[in-house]
Amino acid sequence: MEMAKQEWKFTTKDIAEKPDLFLSGHRACAGCVPTTVLRLIMKALRGPTIVTQATGCMEVVSSIYPYTSWAVPWLHTAFETAAANASGIEAALKALKRKGRLKHEHVDVIAIAGDGGTYDIGFQALSGAVERGHDFLFVLYDNEAYMNTGIQRSGGTPKGAATTTSPAGTAIPGKLEYKKPIADIMVAHEIPYVATASPYYWRDLLEKVRKGLEVEGPAFLHVLAPCPRGWRSDQAKSIEYSRLAVETCVFPLWEAVNGQYQLSVASKLIALAPQKKRPVTDYLQGQGRFRHLFSPQNKHLLEDFQRITDERWRRLLAKCGVSAKP
Amino acid sequence: MKSVVKQERMALSGDEAVAYAVKQSDVDVVAAYPITPQTIIVERFSEYVANGEVQTEFVCTESEHSALTACLAASVTGARAFTATASAGLALMHEMLFVTSGCRAPVVMAIANRALSAPLNIHGDHSDSMAQRDSGWIQLYAENAQEVYDSIIQAFRIAEDINVLLPVMVGLDGFTLSHTLENVDTLPDEVVKQFIGSRKFPNVLTHEGKMAPFKLDPDNPMTMGPIALPNYYFEFKRQQEEAMKNALSIIKQVNSEYAKISGRSYGNGLIEPYCLEEAEVAAVCLGSTAGTMKTVVDELRAKGVKAGLLRLRTFRPLPVEDLRSALCNVKAVAVMDKCMSFGGNGGPVYHEIRHVLYDADVRPYVVNYIYGLGGRDSTGTAKYLRGSPADSSGKAC
Repeated sequence: MEMAKQEWKFTTKDIAEKPDLFLSGHRACAGCVPTTVLRLIMKALRGPTIVTQATGCMEVVSSIYPYTSWAVPWLHTAFETAAANASGIEAALKALKRKGRLKHEHVDVIAIAGDGGTYDIGFQALSGAVERGHDFLFVLYDNEAYMNTGIQRSGGTPKGAATTTSPAGTAIPGKLEYKKPIADIMVAHEIPYVATASPYYWRDLLEKVRKGLEVEGPAFLHVLAPCPRGWRSDQAKSIEYSRLAVETCVFPLWEAVNGQYQLSVASKLIALAPQKKRPVTDYLQGQGRFRHLFSPQNKHLLEDFQRITDERWRRLLAKCGVSAKP
Repeated sequence: MKSVVKQERMALSGDEAVAYAVKQSDVDVVAAYPITPQTIIVERFSEYVANGEVQTEFVCTESEHSALTACLAASVTGARAFTATASAGLALMHEMLFVTSGCRAPVVMAIANRALSAPLNIHGDHSDSMAQRDSGWIQLYAENAQEVYDSIIQAFRIAEDINVLLPVMVGLDGFTLSHTLENVDTLPDEVVKQFIGSRKFPNVLTHEGKMAPFKLDPDNPMTMGPIALPNYYFEFKRQQEEAMKNALSIIKQVNSEYAKISGRSYGNGLIEPYCLEEAEVAAVCLGSTAGTMKTVVDELRAKGVKAGLLRLRTFRPLPVEDLRSALCNVKAVAVMDKCMSFGGNGGPVYHEIRHVLYDADVRPYVVNYIYGLGGRDSTGTAKYLRGSPADSSGKAC
């Protein structure tokens, strides 16, 4: 639904002055980035908003009855249902407005899910909801495995990562399959807005949330959200990893408005000055889930990680109309 | 006391009767995936939407799982929501049935009762909804298209009553009712609208310490569908059970109020006895089979056999007291189940009836008949019962 466009800019001062709508006191682990992501998202709202969430760690840590971290109306139903929830909420808001029973001129709807609830079990509902064109923003906080239940692999887990269902064994060295290019798959749904974001580049993230809310129809935001428990990484370095993922082009930042890809600033700077592109090992080392990749017999896996990263980066540059430089 | 209103007689299949009742019930959101298997309910309703005859938001989802989820989410947002399914579609909804009742979302759903695969079979039996017995939904089973129409209208009143606030499924036998044309007397739109009224919300205490209507409302933020650990989960479940108990009297009340405007009632809303007074043998069944069985009872009575029938209209909540007092004076009861409970001691209705009669002062003899699976015609079973499976001495066949 069209709303009068508001002038917005996200300065540090603005953000500091905005009330928190995702409140402290939740039960997340030390060094948890997904909670940082939620807090940031809730700073970018433009008006009355209903949030719905898939089952996952962010749902579990934020809604333990009788406590809640949500200062907005919030609904959880099941693991695979974030997009179906959003469909029902949006349909209800439309019907109530048509019948003159909605108090507000407009209410935004945000669905939030982790990688399990997006890439895997929730994908059918997501694909169906965006095909139907519901006006909502779907935020994927991607910590690259089922962290809530003990670090099982998902379609979002990168190749080579050790998880409890893809352990680094003597015969099989971690996950054998590549990470599913979920954001590209969402662009292929021909929805008006798709973007990737990283909480290190928080202003970029906030702007993308706002854009996703402002477009009419479905919007999809893919946020990389490091998890020190699942990544076996230093709690103090979670935000640093969300920066390194971008600087190594493992997780480039871009947006696709009506299918037109464009690089966001952080990744654009790397495209313009390729010497700034750091090797993937800068990102991988220090993460326990990739430790085995650094042993001599797994050298080829490390090389393959660099190869797929470069290949995907080249493809992205082509989509953005930027000529690849060596 | 209101007088019976003038009604329009229409030729409708059970499915069309559902669609017409939903049209008149001022439903805000219909979300459905009407394919596994297909029913006409949602097709007819889509025509109402396409022709601008309703203001409903119609969401044609990609699965029954999402259909029920969308109805649940719409319902807690403050909308009146409806969906329809059967068989495999209901089985796919299984997970969300519990979430819907647990979230206290008064969704109404029509079930064109059909068999479950494998082997694949699209015909009528009660395997689909009996498998959802413990999902926390009220279950009503209709005998004919007229009752289907009436029950859908009543279902919204029952579900949305703030002392109930539970979802309701209305079962209509696949093909026998869903696809068979019957005369249906329909109430005027305004009368239906007035009978159901607008959605009501109980006031609850929010985490901000305010009393506010129980729905997702930006002015009164509420956390719905939270995680509740062992210290609170039990309380949620206990409240659901109390709501189920409350539903017993609400269903009766709605049945009698509806009778005043329509001239039609279905027993007391919970059970419908037929020739049960002074009966010595009785059959118990659900749904359309009751029509056949009433003929059987008439024939037996003509032969001098003191036969009777009890149609169980409300399977959940189970009207324990009503069942016991209706059946405790017969000598033998034949319980008919259109569903198997594999490895169990009889079908699901049999379990309930036998359980109810365990506490009777004098326990009637209770036997079980599994019949009509996968749409097999029930005439044979009726004929069998007509040949006195349980004679007046109380001995079963």
